[in-house]
Amino acid sequence: MKKLLMLSAALSMGASATLAQETTLNIYNWSDYIAEDTLEKFTAETGIKVVYDVYDSNEVLEAKMLTGNSGYDIVVPTSDFLQRQIAAGVYQPLDKSLLPNLANMDAALMEGAANYDPGNEHAVIYMWGTTGIGYNVDMVAERLGEDYEVNSWDLVFDPETVAKLADCGVSLLDAPTEMIPAAMNYLGLDPRSTDIADFEAGAAHLEKIRDSIRYFHSSQYINDLANGDTCVAVGWSGDVFQAMARAEEAENGVEIGYVIPREGALQWFDMMAIPVDAPNPEAAHKFINFIMDAQITADITNYVWYANANAASMPLVDEEITSDPGIFPTPEAKERLWGATVYDARADRAITRLWTRVKTGQ
Amino acid sequence: MSGQAKLSEKLPEKSIGRLPFAAPLGGALARLGLGPRALVIAIPTVWLLVFFLIPFVVVAKISLSEVAIARPPYLPLWEWQDGILSLSLNFGNYLFLASDPLYYSAFLESLTIAGFSTLFALLIGYPMAYMIARAPGGMRNILLMLVILPFWSSFLLRVYAWIGILKTNGVINHALMSIGLIDEPIVMMQTDFAVYVGIVYTYLPFMILPLYANLVKLDETLLEAASDLGAGSFTTFLTVTLPLSLPGIFAGSLLVFIPAVGEFVIPALLGGPDTLMIGKVLWNEFFSNRDWPVASAVAIAMLFVLVIPVMLLQKAQQSDGGHS
Repeated sequence: MKKLLMLSAALSMGASATLAQETTLNIYNWSDYIAEDTLEKFTAETGIKVVYDVYDSNEVLEAKMLTGNSGYDIVVPTSDFLQRQIAAGVYQPLDKSLLPNLANMDAALMEGAANYDPGNEHAVIYMWGTTGIGYNVDMVAERLGEDYEVNSWDLVFDPETVAKLADCGVSLLDAPTEMIPAAMNYLGLDPRSTDIADFEAGAAHLEKIRDSIRYFHSSQYINDLANGDTCVAVGWSGDVFQAMARAEEAENGVEIGYVIPREGALQWFDMMAIPVDAPNPEAAHKFINFIMDAQITADITNYVWYANANAASMPLVDEEITSDPGIFPTPEAKERLWGATVYDARADRAITRLWTRVKTGQ
Repeated sequence: MSGQAKLSEKLPEKSIGRLPFAAPLGGALARLGLGPRALVIAIPTVWLLVFFLIPFVVVAKISLSEVAIARPPYLPLWEWQDGILSLSLNFGNYLFLASDPLYYSAFLESLTIAGFSTLFALLIGYPMAYMIARAPGGMRNILLMLVILPFWSSFLLRVYAWIGILKTNGVINHALMSIGLIDEPIVMMQTDFAVYVGIVYTYLPFMILPLYANLVKLDETLLEAASDLGAGSFTTFLTVTLPLSLPGIFAGSLLVFIPAVGEFVIPALLGGPDTLMIGKVLWNEFFSNRDWPVASAVAIAMLFVLVIPVMLLQKAQQSDGGHS
């Protein structure tokens, strides 16, 4: 992340020195979520200088959007958050005549995203992924036996299994709207239910495994998995793959796996959108169109190991990535993915309150 | 270099050594009937108005509103409709805080953690301040400098450094394991212990500095008198030094206690998930529930929980000052 910030600083300096006409594009995106040369290429092609900031939670982005006047031209909320923010009037409709590269997008995935943004009026998929399980192959084998096959939520949701892993560190995402539905799904309930009794059942199950969980956090597990400080983490697909890459880079002997459990997992889309008060919507459209270029998207996927929704880029994505069922799930696995539900204020409050109870016992 | 030279060229020579525009400003204030004393008082008053009172009123206003899917995410308090001003105040947010024991226990835990942290900071800071105040002149400045030195690096970096020190694969565990004192690493991160370490470490200078300022002024002839009258060094400390340093203890304790109660960053980075402090509850209300009105109500309630002990302490300090 620091590298990226330095890069964008260097970029903006270079751009201001060479360009007479100065346009700035302010982007707010997830941390560790772009290729090293994407912004450089964009500036080279369009002459627009980029200021690039990062966040690691939808909640932080949402607070900024709801306050207004964030100064950002492009933000990348996750699908269910996007839906609520559209309802709050945060985003402007896209001018599709400025986005010829929309033709590159995968129709089926864009249709999936249209569940949150009818007609894809406001946003385009940046990357998508699943919420599954990242694990340290050796540490898990050591504790559960060499023959244990990691393919189920049992690894974290079965109280006896997870208790055996507690000593090497198990972490959950600090995201109630992802973890409680996952537990509901494990219990055989509909993960998309908004029934508070179902939330309570999911939370009650999480309380049974609570003592085996070391922490709840949505980004720390990347480093901890890579360093061997944690052996099992419920996490976002690409983040676990980044932990894998970091461990390889460090050559520390840590081998990490990612699995979409056979019971199913949450599928989410991170969507590029333009706030209504964006200072530079024209440049923002240029950027969205630039990202939808087959080569540019392929470069990002090759770097961050998240699946993209760009059909034209597929031949340009590394075979190693396209063939990994953790990134591009098999058709059968796809059947069992579910999309996030948008909750009303009452359900939001209930699920956050239950989550606090799971975490603190109060 | 050239930049500096240019800067000094720009400044008119007569302004060196005093504030530019001081004379005309003073004249203008005098015409308004405000003397230099009023000016001195006006600056902190304006400061408090702009940076305390106005934000407080804004937060109080939001706390009486109702949550909505909008931007910003709450309903306006008043509306003009057909020339009629309709005002809707919603006290439900405060009632809601009382209805769920979560808020009460989070307040209590915050106060407990802040209280113990203040005590630890006092126990560690007092001897340090005492030693610095008793150190010979040149040494004293170096020691004071060392107390302030950590402020030159970012607060966040220093807390992150503690992660590196305390974590399972961290410095302490490595050291203890390599000398064979322990076989298994001790889990220190994500515990209350780590939160205490972080808070005491971060706020220790705020305890030491007021204590030092107080102890350095201590009249040594009083100590000599006590010893002439037969008091041992411990009795002298208990009956002379300690009572005289009470104002320093109060000042230092307040400076540690108040920010520690509302602390969010340290428990978020070092604490475990069961460390339930009010800062985290506030975060949840604001970010996870998007319920700005309830979040504001928590903030206002927190202010009152803090104001009462502060006022009590100040009263105690004042009455103490009256005795001596």
